[in-house]
Amino acid sequence: MSFINYSSREINCKIVYYGPGLCGKTTNLQYIYSKTNPEAKGKMISLATETERTLFFDFLPLSLGEIRGFKTRFHLYTVPGQVFYDASRKLILKGVDGVCFVADSQVERMEANIESLDNLRVNLQDQGYNLDKIPYVVQYNKRDLPNSAPLDELKKVLNPTNVPEYEAVATTGVGVFDTLKAVAKLVLTELKRGG
Amino acid sequence: MGGSGTVVMFEEEQQQIQAICDRLQRDSNSIAILVINKDGQEIARAGNTEHLDVTSLSSLFAGNVAATGGIAKLLAEKEFSGQFHEGEKTNIHLSLVAQRAILVVLFDTRSSLGLVRLRVKKASEELAKVFEALVKKMSAGNVSPVLGEISDDDIDNLFND
Repeated sequence: MSFINYSSREINCKIVYYGPGLCGKTTNLQYIYSKTNPEAKGKMISLATETERTLFFDFLPLSLGEIRGFKTRFHLYTVPGQVFYDASRKLILKGVDGVCFVADSQVERMEANIESLDNLRVNLQDQGYNLDKIPYVVQYNKRDLPNSAPLDELKKVLNPTNVPEYEAVATTGVGVFDTLKAVAKLVLTELKRGG
Repeated sequence: MGGSGTVVMFEEEQQQIQAICDRLQRDSNSIAILVINKDGQEIARAGNTEHLDVTSLSSLFAGNVAATGGIAKLLAEKEFSGQFHEGEKTNIHLSLVAQRAILVVLFDTRSSLGLVRLRVKKASEELAKVFEALVKKMSAGNVSPVLGEISDDDIDNLFND
């Protein structure tokens, strides 16, 4: 839920990165953090297990610049991808303005991608959101792996509604900022439409 | 709410909330006060906050409250409206205000939990009135004129390298 503060002249929006376990959600945020100027970012918070699996969420605050004299700030969150953390995923989705679904391109993770996407749709519905109506992009991560599924197969299964989609290799940064810019743009466009 | 689920804060209400925070900080002898919306964005702060990473704290407090809310639901409780965390040097009192904001009081040995609870009760009632007025204002009509002024070029320019 966007927050516009006329007093401090800020527009705040929330973007959530969603996807199955180990698909690259945290890696996306880590790359964004590493490449963003210090003035434009806050600390990255990661609530993770001892084995560095996301336990609750990762959080990264970014400033993207000014629009009409208002500072635009985006709060990026990731959810824990492992199946049994569903209760936490529901909480992190509250107040979301835009979603990036990170798919794991590996052939053997197709089922996990589908399950996670269904889970996203259901969890959004539980909060009164419709995935087909909110700012939403898809990222096909791990395109560099030899066992990555063909793109058209991933597209057919994971993006039937043809939302903006991006190939990525989050470990090296390929596609990471393209994805972020796309979802941020959609969020602002939606905000403007609702104004 | 303005727009599709947008929350708006105006100068008048911001000043009222700030005044309540300033007063609470003084009256409770606390280190700092934070008011955060449930999505983890800072609304107001008072007291000694220069040493605090308020952005990160706001997100974590909101996550904490969200998790506690999830626990409450599973235990068939309406909510756990107050939380207290005791530290070696700093203690934290968290409470929900009007179902939409989180009031955080950071205090040390110069105050006490009893005093904080007493002052928080009054401040919460005052804050609730402000938020109520804000909700009424937002439901009244077009309250986010800046959104209507944003052009497609404005958005594109934000993302030009």
